[in-house]
Amino acid sequence: MSKIFKNQLFIPIAALLLLVLFNLIVDPAFFALSKGVYDGDSILTGNLISIIDNGSELAILAIGMTLVTAASGGQDISVGATMTLAGSVIVKVLRGSETSPVTLHQSIIVAFLVGCLVAILCGAFNGALVAFFKIQPMVATLILFTAGRSIASWVNNNQNIIIKDEKFKYFGYYLPKIPIPTPFIIAIICIIIMALLLKFTTLGLYTQAVGINENSSRLNGINPTLMKFVSFIILGVCVAVAGLIKASRQEGTISYGGFAKYIEMDAILAVALGGNPLGGGKFNMAASIIGAYVIQFLTITLYARGVNPEALPAYKAVVVIILVVISAPTVRDKISSLTKKLRVPKKEVC
Amino acid sequence: MQNVDFTLCEGEIHALMGENGAGKSTLIKVLTGVYGKDEGEIFLKGMEKAAVIHSPQDAQKLGISTVYQEITLCPNLSVAENMYIGRENKIYQNWKKINADADRMLKTLDIPAQAKQQLSTCSIAVQQMVAIARAVDMDCKVLILDEPTSSLDEHEVEKLFTLMRDLKKRGVGIIFVTHFLDQVYEVCDKITVLRDGKLVGEYEIKDLPRVKLVAKMLGKDFDDVADIKDEGACYKGEDADKVVLSAENLCSNQGIKPFDFYIKKGEVNGFTGLLGSGRSECVRAIFGADRVTSGTVSMNGKKVKISKPIHAMKNGIAYLPEDRKIDGIIGELSVRDNIILALQVLKGAFRPFSKAEANKFADEYVKLLEIKTASNDTPIKSLSGGNQQKVILARWLLANPEYLILDEPTRGIDVGTKVEIQKLVLKLASEGKSITFISSETDEMIRTCSRLVVMRDRKVVGELSGEDLTQNKIMSTIAGGGEE
Repeated sequence: MSKIFKNQLFIPIAALLLLVLFNLIVDPAFFALSKGVYDGDSILTGNLISIIDNGSELAILAIGMTLVTAASGGQDISVGATMTLAGSVIVKVLRGSETSPVTLHQSIIVAFLVGCLVAILCGAFNGALVAFFKIQPMVATLILFTAGRSIASWVNNNQNIIIKDEKFKYFGYYLPKIPIPTPFIIAIICIIIMALLLKFTTLGLYTQAVGINENSSRLNGINPTLMKFVSFIILGVCVAVAGLIKASRQEGTISYGGFAKYIEMDAILAVALGGNPLGGGKFNMAASIIGAYVIQFLTITLYARGVNPEALPAYKAVVVIILVVISAPTVRDKISSLTKKLRVPKKEVC
Repeated sequence: MQNVDFTLCEGEIHALMGENGAGKSTLIKVLTGVYGKDEGEIFLKGMEKAAVIHSPQDAQKLGISTVYQEITLCPNLSVAENMYIGRENKIYQNWKKINADADRMLKTLDIPAQAKQQLSTCSIAVQQMVAIARAVDMDCKVLILDEPTSSLDEHEVEKLFTLMRDLKKRGVGIIFVTHFLDQVYEVCDKITVLRDGKLVGEYEIKDLPRVKLVAKMLGKDFDDVADIKDEGACYKGEDADKVVLSAENLCSNQGIKPFDFYIKKGEVNGFTGLLGSGRSECVRAIFGADRVTSGTVSMNGKKVKISKPIHAMKNGIAYLPEDRKIDGIIGELSVRDNIILALQVLKGAFRPFSKAEANKFADEYVKLLEIKTASNDTPIKSLSGGNQQKVILARWLLANPEYLILDEPTRGIDVGTKVEIQKLVLKLASEGKSITFISSETDEMIRTCSRLVVMRDRKVVGELSGEDLTQNKIMSTIAGGGEE
């Protein structure tokens, strides 16, 4: 029993189950799946689909954020801004110089690769500041946090663009004949790639070693600077993928101030909810990803209960405080010692 | 810890001895209220009832102060601030008065520091003394020193002892925990020995010679410790004269003078000298742990470039660092991951060991070195110091190096494990590995090394081997050669 408590996956899964239970009691219809129609194809709709759909960007970002947190012992707060920049660059490449292009100027692959390159450059910039110049991650990423959105708006001359292209919409909506939203499929692909990386390289071991003890890692032949840098590069790729999905959802209309706003905070929260120490070191990737979906589950639950979107953050904050306090090591120690005490008298009765 | 009686008299220095895990720290923590006690009572002079100690603050109010092995002061505050911080919860502090008081205190105790000096600019020894001054100034009757000397060199230890004797004259009772036997016999009046959380006994220092003390601590006879001296195991292969590694004019950015060095196959040699004489810096330069500024290194007669630890590792060099906590262990990672780390790095980032392979390696070495751990998944930081050191040793043995540098492998670990490690060093050498062994304890060096490089003031000043390997000769070489 105590083993289950100690498992890092316990808190995010318990939170998920609690949300499920809450919805089952309040309104079992919450889980209903129904068939809808999108562009002539039949698709699945319902709250569960909304959760896995809209939680995708967050889950993808949580992957990168987990690595950055583990390796550098800090967080990247520029994620939302660089995502806007990546999205903006993708739109720019697609539209050429028109504001509502009828045909795309470049293939989506090229546009994505260019966006990816820009996001990786942003990651490299952050990573270089953190790894080579030893600046605290929060401070280093503050630069792009402030400047990213301005650069994004400058890329498109602050214009509002609409890209009415079927193929571009695939990434944020549905692929033909497939009833599941594409963002979720992309997220699953990202998760699988990460799982393979962790299994077939020593990324996990090295990253944790560097996060726990940099000196010792160096003396064992690991290059801590490189590992930190790499973690920011990987986050850069995640940002580009999330940026593509988000831009596709908006059909290219990017509001430079509000695009993916505060998503960096949700990504950090996903890492924390997963029970990963924000000071770096050990990490559990699965826990972070579940954490991301828990956050989205919470959001959709609140929407389903008719909470005003404006009031949503306040409700979220309350739930988050409870979750974070419960998952704090001191509280968990208290709980497990309490359960021990409760169990001892029972044995005597037997 | 079970049923331990402990008595400390006024004006007495009382050594608390025992192996790692014997319960010394636990006893201290119960005395100072860090841990609660299940049974028993604590009495203090002039009190009729048992003292109530629930927290370190309670203990402090009763006049029990502790100075820990790791310095628990704030390095970026001034000496005076460190001495007076957290003592009175007043918003207004008269700093002028505090500085004057601190200066007076430092002067009476003969501590070479100024009140306004930032603590981090003082040497470790002085910082340790400031911690003691803080304790003494809080009107303490009982002073607990938990391994205060482990990071001090001989001069600094001497200064600390002077301070301790001074305090003793003032009637302070001192509990002294240390792993250094010499120091116990130098300053203590009584010894209490603990083993496996139980009391072995309390002895007057004159009634308990060293051999018996070690026997009491280990619970077995001293023969074990003595007999590795006679074995004299050495490598007897045909290529015993082959030089494995040689360095010329090697110098790093750590302020050492360029030095030459060589080691033969199956040889155990050592660097000796006072703490801070540059012994660690020399081996760090060989391993590429510090930035090498000049010199050449050859491995088996072939020139190699070593500017990073990974280069050294690829050339078959292993390095067990001096400071286990800072440079050695990766605290939260499991024993298994800590063991395979070096070999994994050598194997490459794209060829990770499977969990089964890693467990096989870990099992093998946990058994070979008798590492006491709950499982391979246990985080290394929850192991005792000696077992942590064995895990780090296992890490490097697994990497199967040709040349092994062990910098203070026996520091801060219990006597039994020290002997095990020394035996292991000799065994490895007899199998043809070359080893550089560094220890602060000269008798350990004499027992294990066949050749000693002597250092003074960051310079190699001599080399001793064969019949010259005696305590006296080493001392005189360290001190300046031929003065004796």
